[in-house]
Amino acid sequence: MDLQNMIYLVVGFTFCIYMGIAILARAGSTGEFYVAGKGIHPVANGMATAADWMSAASFISMAGLIAFIGYDASAYLMGWTGGYVLLALLLAPYLRKFGKFTVPEFIGDRFYSNGARIVAVICLLVASITYVIGQMKGVGVAFSRFLEIEFEAGVMVGMAIVFVYAVLGGMKGITYTQIAQYVILIFAYTVPAVFISLQLTGNPLPQLGLGAEMANADGLYLLDKLDATLKDLGFAAFTEQKGSDINLLLLTLSLMIGTAGLPHVIIRFFTVPGVKEARSSAGWALVFIAILYTTAPAVGAMAMFNLLKTVQPEITQVAGTTQTHANKVQSLAVADKPQWFSTWETTGLLQVEDKNADGQIQYYNDNNPEFSHTAAQQGWQGNELTKVDRDIMVLANPEIAQLPNWVIALVAAGGIAAALSTAAGLLLAISSAISHDLLKRTFTPNISEKAELNAGRIAMACAILIAGYLGINPPGFAAQVVALAFGLAAASIFPALMMGIFSKRINNYGATAGMLAGLTITLLYIFAYKGFFFVPGSELFANTPDNWWLGISPEAFGAIGALINFIVANLVARLSKQPPAEIANLIESIRTP
Amino acid sequence: MANSHNRAQQYWRANLKLLTICLCIWFAVSFGAGILLADFLNQWRIGGYPLGFWFAQQGSIYTFVGLIFFYAKQMNKLDQQYQQGE
Repeated sequence: MDLQNMIYLVVGFTFCIYMGIAILARAGSTGEFYVAGKGIHPVANGMATAADWMSAASFISMAGLIAFIGYDASAYLMGWTGGYVLLALLLAPYLRKFGKFTVPEFIGDRFYSNGARIVAVICLLVASITYVIGQMKGVGVAFSRFLEIEFEAGVMVGMAIVFVYAVLGGMKGITYTQIAQYVILIFAYTVPAVFISLQLTGNPLPQLGLGAEMANADGLYLLDKLDATLKDLGFAAFTEQKGSDINLLLLTLSLMIGTAGLPHVIIRFFTVPGVKEARSSAGWALVFIAILYTTAPAVGAMAMFNLLKTVQPEITQVAGTTQTHANKVQSLAVADKPQWFSTWETTGLLQVEDKNADGQIQYYNDNNPEFSHTAAQQGWQGNELTKVDRDIMVLANPEIAQLPNWVIALVAAGGIAAALSTAAGLLLAISSAISHDLLKRTFTPNISEKAELNAGRIAMACAILIAGYLGINPPGFAAQVVALAFGLAAASIFPALMMGIFSKRINNYGATAGMLAGLTITLLYIFAYKGFFFVPGSELFANTPDNWWLGISPEAFGAIGALINFIVANLVARLSKQPPAEIANLIESIRTP
Repeated sequence: MANSHNRAQQYWRANLKLLTICLCIWFAVSFGAGILLADFLNQWRIGGYPLGFWFAQQGSIYTFVGLIFFYAKQMNKLDQQYQQGE
């Protein structure tokens, strides 16, 4: 069967599964719609959480990032997993004991303030909507690349599918669909990785393959070979640290507390039967996430090695050995370009330009002054692989490694599953914040359960339309918003939740002031380097490491925002009244099992 | 009443102690071994992995998983003790 039909078959099959689940898991009450009736088994919830959490970015972009920045990508690997430790130890069990439906609900009740509730709703909406735009875009990219239909049509198909199972089934439908999506995405991610690891090292486990010796080269370790090849082309070694310690530390910390503070992840732990299950479920979630996250470094490094081997075969051959290469090395001849090269050139994600007109493509670091001498000797006049989009490292990986068609089809289905599952989780967080926190708890407390459930469905439908519209017409800042979502969650939501549980002294004023302070400072710092509301040209400073305050990148600033939140909340709370006695009792009750 | 309040206090203190231990390990494997001490640890190797690099991209993640299950197990014991006193 040819590749295109194979992809239609595999992707179509997965869609049938999602539709089947939508019909079986219809939500009949607000409890089922918001928290799946609180009856999900901890392992099942762990799997759903993993799919909820791992987005198009984790599936498609992370390994590409690792391929190009090597060791420094550790901030993402540790940040996006270490956050689950904070979630399991500091938040999930207590919020489950509190036993309500949403994150702003806890903040509003614990700080006995509708002001705090509304600030929390705004943070949640901004973080979740920015995040969901990226998912819709990911759905569109996956569809248009693999199904060869228009990008817009791709987004609309994605919207229609999410609409059916999320609007009908609410959290119940989403949970069971996410379990199916996890299985699909993890297969799609690990199967090519196993094949490639076997090809390069003879070891089927990518986690071990990355630390193993090369299968057909002089007993060199894969990582040593990769480091040596990169250095011979003027790049920094894969395992070497490029950024500063402080930025790496703060970026890791910001991503950790941002992860723990993202509402669409937290609400997943409201669906398990009790406190005990909330703790173990976080562990299971991390097991399922770790399978992908420990595979990703191998995927990134091996994809990079395969790319170098394709473009600069002679240098790759001798790198790290005692041999030396010829005075005039052979690179990839333009006439011999492999098929996948041309495929990806037509998408514009890969571009080559034969600058020195020698009929070959040279890939090297032309920004390295120390390497310019070697390049001049070779007659190279600039890097000729002028664009390699990071995303193709995962998407083209099976083609680069010449894997069978069904593996490529599986990767397509996996990318779509990753984007859809995260989008659905975010849409639920958005709709529950509107129908439950704004309508039921703030503006129309007398609303009936049936009306609230309908309001939830309408809010979800509107959120899907808005997300779809923004996915098709992405605001100019679509690429910048990840920093925003994590920054907001880290600087506002995480500290408010943590203080609500661990301090009896923080009162309504302290919490609100702290959230606003953390939020404002983080927003201002991001805007100062990325433009006010991301309008190009309105930034105060160029976004380069020399300009950053203490060398801290805007992405890494969430941790500082959180610190300011803690300080302001404590100061304000100590200068104003103690929380009332019933709040002390509430805290006592969430602290005991 | 006073007794149950006491037990709740004890339970909470034991929980905080366990939390502190777990968070120290959490910090040590990621920020410690993975970043601050990575250069120093890179003089040793696990197979082809420099040790600091291994902690940053593999070891810290495995430790996080173990840590959550360890905490969950210890807390289950504490929960039981707390409930038996009731």
